[in-house]
Amino acid sequence: MSNTELEIVVDDPTAPEDNSPAVVSTGVVDVVVSLLLLALALVLGWDNWRTGASWDSTGPQPGYFPFYLSVILGGASLYGLGAAFVSRREAAETFVTRAQLRRVMAVFVPTLLFCLATQYLGLYVASFLLIAGFMRLVGKIALWKSLLTAFIFTAAMFVTFDVAFDVIMPKGPLEAALGR
Amino acid sequence: MEAFGLLLHGFAVLLTWKTLLLMMVGLVLGIFVGVLPGLGGPNGVAILLPLTFTMDPTSAIVMLSCIYWGALFGGAITSILFNIPGEAWSVATTFDGYPMAQQGRAAEALTAAFTSSFIGSLVAVLLITFLAPMISSFALKFGPPEFFAVYLLTFCSFVGLGREAKHKTVISMSLGLLLAGVGMDTVSGQLRMTFGSSELLRGINFLVAVIGLFGISEILLTMEERLALRGHAAGISLRVVLSVWKDLPKYWVTLLRSSVIGCWLGITPGGAIAASFMGYNLAKRFSKDQESFGKGRIEGVFAPETAAHASGTSALLPMLALGIPGSGTAAILLGGLMVWGLNPGPLLFVEHKDFVWGLIASMYLGNVVGLVLVLTTVPIFASILRVPFAAVAPMIVVSCAIGAYAIQNAMFDIWLMLGFGVVGYVFKKIGIPLAPFTLALVLGSRAEDAFRLSMIGSGGDMKVFWSNGLVGSITTLAIVLLFWPVIDKAISGLGRMVRPARA
Repeated sequence: MSNTELEIVVDDPTAPEDNSPAVVSTGVVDVVVSLLLLALALVLGWDNWRTGASWDSTGPQPGYFPFYLSVILGGASLYGLGAAFVSRREAAETFVTRAQLRRVMAVFVPTLLFCLATQYLGLYVASFLLIAGFMRLVGKIALWKSLLTAFIFTAAMFVTFDVAFDVIMPKGPLEAALGR
Repeated sequence: MEAFGLLLHGFAVLLTWKTLLLMMVGLVLGIFVGVLPGLGGPNGVAILLPLTFTMDPTSAIVMLSCIYWGALFGGAITSILFNIPGEAWSVATTFDGYPMAQQGRAAEALTAAFTSSFIGSLVAVLLITFLAPMISSFALKFGPPEFFAVYLLTFCSFVGLGREAKHKTVISMSLGLLLAGVGMDTVSGQLRMTFGSSELLRGINFLVAVIGLFGISEILLTMEERLALRGHAAGISLRVVLSVWKDLPKYWVTLLRSSVIGCWLGITPGGAIAASFMGYNLAKRFSKDQESFGKGRIEGVFAPETAAHASGTSALLPMLALGIPGSGTAAILLGGLMVWGLNPGPLLFVEHKDFVWGLIASMYLGNVVGLVLVLTTVPIFASILRVPFAAVAPMIVVSCAIGAYAIQNAMFDIWLMLGFGVVGYVFKKIGIPLAPFTLALVLGSRAEDAFRLSMIGSGGDMKVFWSNGLVGSITTLAIVLLFWPVIDKAISGLGRMVRPARA
């Protein structure tokens, strides 16, 4: 057998460039996350203290277990905060470059819009819009291919979940108009 | 030999057309998921879980575990043909697998990978068949203190033996345990950490978190990479398969060694990643011709694949016997059990014999069917990679949303999933491990219940965790493991102090 030559080649024209400038360093994200976790630990710890984190006649009160977990979480985030300030070496590493962030946002923003659309238009309409829109706008795939793929996928989902398995999804005005 | 009879019964449960069909569907979906970039075992199982909600538990678990086997098989395809490890545990497979493909021996490498996966899983399944019933009948005598001690052991070993920075593992674990406590308290009926929100009343569902953490965040991460592919196409002919199989007995030491490593690391939370590297390195160290590794040696494919699959499969042993998952995927399967109304743990072997033995039998059958399926369909699956990611990504997002919504029929869960997607993305990038979080979230409420029940039983006396030999040694072991890095350092420090004195 002599199939040493490459036979499957897929290109990625919109790939992030390697020399793109960093948006934020890992050290900064580390500190921010530690601070957020610390804040979360404080809020949850306070809430559990209010619920009751001591002992009564039968045993630990409902807040006991989570209260001490918040203490552990708070302690570990404080330690993380300290460690992030001490070690400057890791801190300089790139968390995400501008080109990478652009690509990540190209998925995240449509996903966010999709969730919003699901809330008001129902899941099936939203998924048709997401797939068709994403393929056309981000993937630069021909419009008819995008629309067709989106329609087939959405229809397949509808048949699988709504018709065959009776799993009810959020629905909107279109389904109502069609009487489903 | 009671196990054997029950196993035969399990096969009888399985051998219906419907189950076999589900098995095939599961395997195909699994390979699909394994081949696609940015998706792997845990993500695939999490995303496809909602498909099974309306099935009976046995069919559901058969399908899910087949998705898992399929994903394991699928990961090897991309490693060998494209030098892209579908999963972290396939990294070691690329060392020798890709060079083999470059030399035009792709078919041989693929056959080796699939066969050794099959052998690894088979050894692990045999272990499960005979060990799991024994452990579970032993665990039936456990009371709340013993269970809490076992949970503690699991958590502590993650912190003490994990490779990540300790405080990051602790953060991930305590966060998971805390989020597991949100909602109605099961013992007192009081509300905790809901802040007056009626949406949080239900608590944070484990599966919603998993779909976000593994599904959505994985897509975000994948988009950061260059998605260009250059790979080899391969068809496998029967002749190649037979010639690889004929040589198989020559490598029995490697296969056996890797299986043992895999089983051990799968049961303890060391995981498949460590197992595959260890399998590879040991095979290299014990080889007479170390130089040839990394240049396309078939043993370099056998060793990591056997270990990874033995480990991935044996991770199901503690889940079945004790209700404690040994890996992320096992944790998701455990979450599935709860959705179908089964209570994981030793009682499963008593109360749901059909289910347990059906599952174990499906591991045997799934692996055989899977082996045949991948060997025959590799060219089709390799060409799936030609489908542009821009078409695949939105479909995965939609599947994730369907999955998250279907669990509790709540729109809020879709938003929660999105939130967890972002959290997972950030955590992965700054090195906070997700596996302890997953484990803590699924075990959290049961660990807490065990703790509180033992406290109520003992009247608030912590000595209950040392009240008899069994619970005492588990608790002590847990604490030793928690401080293992410190103890390890102390021992080697002592050793250094003693040695110069002697010399």
